[in-house]
Amino acid sequence: MFSRFITPYYLCFSLCLLPLLSIGMALVTDNLGADPIQTLHIRLGDWSLRLLWLTLCVTPLQTFTKWRGMAQYRKLLGLYTFFYASLHVIVYVWIDQGLAWGAIAIDIIQSAYIWFGVLAYVLIFAMAITTPKFMVKQLGKNWKKLHRSIYIASVAVIIHYYWQLKGNMAEPFFYLIILSLLLLFRVAVWFKNRKFTKMMIPTTRKIRVVKVESAVPEAQPLTGQSKAIVIEEIDTEI
Amino acid sequence: MIIKTHKSIPSSEITEQSVFNQRRQIIKAMLAMGLTGSGAYSRIVDANDTKWQGISKGYQPKAPLTATPSDIVKNHTNYYEFSFNKSDSTSLAQVLPTDPWSVEITGEVEKPGVYHLEDLLSQQSLQEYIYRFRCVEAWSMVVPWVGFSLANLLKTVKPLSSARFVKFTTLFDPSHMPNQKDNNMLQWPYVEGLRIDEAMHPLTILATGMYGEALPKQNGAPLRLVVPWKYGFKSIKAIVKIELVKNPPLSSWSKSGPGEYGFYANVNPEVPHPRWSQSSERVLGAGFFTPRRKTELFNGYAEEVASLYSDMDLRHFF
Repeated sequence: MFSRFITPYYLCFSLCLLPLLSIGMALVTDNLGADPIQTLHIRLGDWSLRLLWLTLCVTPLQTFTKWRGMAQYRKLLGLYTFFYASLHVIVYVWIDQGLAWGAIAIDIIQSAYIWFGVLAYVLIFAMAITTPKFMVKQLGKNWKKLHRSIYIASVAVIIHYYWQLKGNMAEPFFYLIILSLLLLFRVAVWFKNRKFTKMMIPTTRKIRVVKVESAVPEAQPLTGQSKAIVIEEIDTEI
Repeated sequence: MIIKTHKSIPSSEITEQSVFNQRRQIIKAMLAMGLTGSGAYSRIVDANDTKWQGISKGYQPKAPLTATPSDIVKNHTNYYEFSFNKSDSTSLAQVLPTDPWSVEITGEVEKPGVYHLEDLLSQQSLQEYIYRFRCVEAWSMVVPWVGFSLANLLKTVKPLSSARFVKFTTLFDPSHMPNQKDNNMLQWPYVEGLRIDEAMHPLTILATGMYGEALPKQNGAPLRLVVPWKYGFKSIKAIVKIELVKNPPLSSWSKSGPGEYGFYANVNPEVPHPRWSQSSERVLGAGFFTPRRKTELFNGYAEEVASLYSDMDLRHFF
C-alpha cells in the first residue's frame, strides 16, 4: 500500500529531511560541540544555502537533459530552502537571542552581514507563501516576476555567508563558484533569447533561397552534369 | 568445590589510584582512538594532570566567576596555525614539540638573551588567574589560567626607557603547523603587540597552565599571553620571542584586515566590528536557553584598565 510513495519525488522529499534528522540527532546526543547554539544555527543556514543552490540547478538540468516535468522538484527544493531558512531564523531569534527584540535590533543594525540575510529571507518567504495554485492564479504575470527574485536572494545569501567569515575560505569559495556558474547559465540564456527575439522582429531583409533548376538542355543527356544548383539572393518580405 | 588461592596481588599490578580515578576517561580515550585512529586523547592519560591544584590566587574577581567546563575550553580554540576549525586543533596540535622550549627576549633591554623556559618559570611564582575570555567572534568563556605577571618577567631583563611597545612572536614550525606550511590565511609567524604600559599592567599575564594542569598544546602550550580586557586574538600562543621595541608592531590580524582588526582590540560593546555587532556574547557552557550576556566595556575590567586609555577615542583606536 506504500508502493505509491516509492517514486523519485518521494525519495527526493525524504532525502531533504536527512539533514534535519542528522542535526536533530546531534542535538539530542549533545554532539554539537563547544558552542552548540552557533553550530545548530550555522548548520541550518548551510543547508538552506545548499538547497537554494539545488533549486537553482533544476532549470539548467532541465535544459541540458531536455527532461520535462522537473518543475515539481524545483518547487519541492524551493520549499525546503524556505523550511531550513526558517529554522535558521527561529534558532537565531529564539534560542540565540532569547527573543530579546531590543538586542536583536541592535545586533541586526550593527551587523552588515545580517542585512543580507534578512533580505534573502524576506524574498524566500514571499516566494514560499505564493506557492499555492490559487496564489499563482491570482498573481498572474507578476508571479513569475516575483519568483525571479530567487536570483537576488541567492546573491544576498552568498554575501550574508561571506561577510560573517573570519577564517577558512575553501567551502565558501566552492559555493561561490557554483552560484556563479548557475547565474552565468541564466545570463547566457537571456542573451540567447534576446538574439532570438531580435530575429523574430519583422523587417525587410535578404534571405537565402535555394532555387533548383534544370540548367542543361535535353540534347546533352550523357555529360553527367544534368543539374546545377543556383543560389540566388532575392528580396522577400516575411 | 571451590579452590581458593590465597596468592596476594603483586604491587606492580595494583592500579594506581590516579589512574583508577580516570578509568572512564581512559575508556573514552581508547574508544576515541579506536574510532578516529588517532592518539588525540593520549594526553588525557598523562600522569601529571594535577600539577597545580589549589595554587594561590593571583587575581580575585569582585564577583566570583564560574569557570567554563574545561573540556569546552580544550576543544574550542582558534589556533589557525593548525586549523580554521575550532575543534580540529585539539588533535592536530598534539604533534607540536613543546619540550625543550626557549624564549628569546630582545630589543630595547639591558639583558637580551635566549632563555630556557624552565629557567624563566623557576624565577616566577605561578598563580591562578580566573579571567573572562572574550573572542572577537562574540563568544566568551571563563578560564582559570596558571601563570605569572608579564611585568615581573620584563623587569628581570631590565627594559630601557626607549622600550615603548612589546612585540610577541609565535613559533614558526611549518613541519608541525599545517597552515604555516601551506601559507594559508595569515602571514606567518603570528605576531601580536602591546603598548608597554599594557604589557606592564598587573592583569597581563603569561600563562603556562589552566585548570591546575599544564597548558594543553591546543591552548597555546607551553607559554601564551593572556590580556583579559582585549579580544582573544591578542592573547598570542606558543611564544618564542618577546621583543621590546620603539614603534608599534604590526600585528598579524591588523596586517590581514587593517579596517577590521586594530592594534588595541579592547573589548568594547560600543564599537562594533565592521561586519558584526559586539554588543553581546554567547557564554559557552551555559545552558541552551540561557540568554546572551551583555558585553562589558574592557570585558568587565574597566575599573582596572580604563585609565590606560583615558584620553583616547576608542572608536578611532579600535
